[in-house]
Amino acid sequence: MHEMSIALNIVDLSVETARQNKAEKINAIVLELGELAGVVEESLQFCFESACKGTMAEGARLEIIKLAAKARCEHCGHEFNADQPFMHCPQCAALTFRISGGRELRIKSINVD
Amino acid sequence: MCDTCGCGNSAKPITFSKPGEQGHSHLHSHTHDHDHTHAHDHDHHHHSSPSGRSISVEQDVLSRNNLLAERNRGFFEARNIFTINVLSSPGSGKTTLLEKTITKLKDEMIFSVIEGDQQTMRDADRIAAIGCPVIQVNTGNGCHLDAQMVNHAIKELNLSDNSLLMIENVGNLVCPSLFDLGEAHKVVIISVTEGDDKPLKYPTMFSVSDICIINKIDLLPHVDFDVQKCKEYARSVNHHLEFFEVSAKSGEGLADWYDWLRKQRQR
Repeated sequence: MHEMSIALNIVDLSVETARQNKAEKINAIVLELGELAGVVEESLQFCFESACKGTMAEGARLEIIKLAAKARCEHCGHEFNADQPFMHCPQCAALTFRISGGRELRIKSINVD
Repeated sequence: MCDTCGCGNSAKPITFSKPGEQGHSHLHSHTHDHDHTHAHDHDHHHHSSPSGRSISVEQDVLSRNNLLAERNRGFFEARNIFTINVLSSPGSGKTTLLEKTITKLKDEMIFSVIEGDQQTMRDADRIAAIGCPVIQVNTGNGCHLDAQMVNHAIKELNLSDNSLLMIENVGNLVCPSLFDLGEAHKVVIISVTEGDDKPLKYPTMFSVSDICIINKIDLLPHVDFDVQKCKEYARSVNHHLEFFEVSAKSGEGLADWYDWLRKQRQR
């Protein structure tokens, strides 16, 4: 259940930004979540609600923008969707690649009053 | 209120204890900054309307952990302490591998260990029994170690310069993969009593690790585990993985692992 630690971090960082901007209440938090970030969306939503209790984010919405997993071929540099368990580069068939996207776990913005 | 220290934080504390020493220090399982000063100050006239203003944040959720991990890493580099983060499911032989490695190499290099478990001193007691400095982190409800726990643990451990620190993470093939501790390498262990398709079922852990140790190979005649297939699966997730096939119990294959550690230390 690392989703709880993640949720607490989201609330902490958002509250910090909100305070710096003299906000009184957080209405919504927009989060970018990569497919390979290792976070279960439903579980995160569930934890988020309790993580917000007693903070200025109480009752806030968590809006999640899902980002696809991407890989870059180390052989030819082609970037492709990393959505298969057994992957090879669709351009040159090489099996060597680096994950280039999909691990994002980033707070994009907050909406405050 | 916390029943350990009475500090007003109701979260379950994380404890740090050394075998043979009375008492322990503790951290709370999170640093959640509850808005105490404003707790009763919520302005309920403000409904969550779309009229609120939007503020750009663009910050990684784990940025605090990652910053602290980099501080740990800087400390390790300055003191020339080679640190590995040992990860696996419960029961794949992490502690036995550590015991064997320390016993074999303790005349060549200085070891210290951080043990992570939800409860008990059992693993730390095993490491202390072979004469190695160790601290047990009990995470309570926590499913992983984070950079803050390691930061606290190393302050209590009095690490020697030019030494090796082995961090045995909480047995869990999912959550610990997300938390950088400041280590030089993540080492994932899979034992042959598990499924050889584990790298496909838990790809995140295998994709963030540098080293994969296949343990309990002495049991291969009795199980259906296909070593080649397992490696193939793991390589399909991360082709940079370096493998060691060992039996921490019988000692088979450990020579290569010891050589790898020696080489790392010379770097």
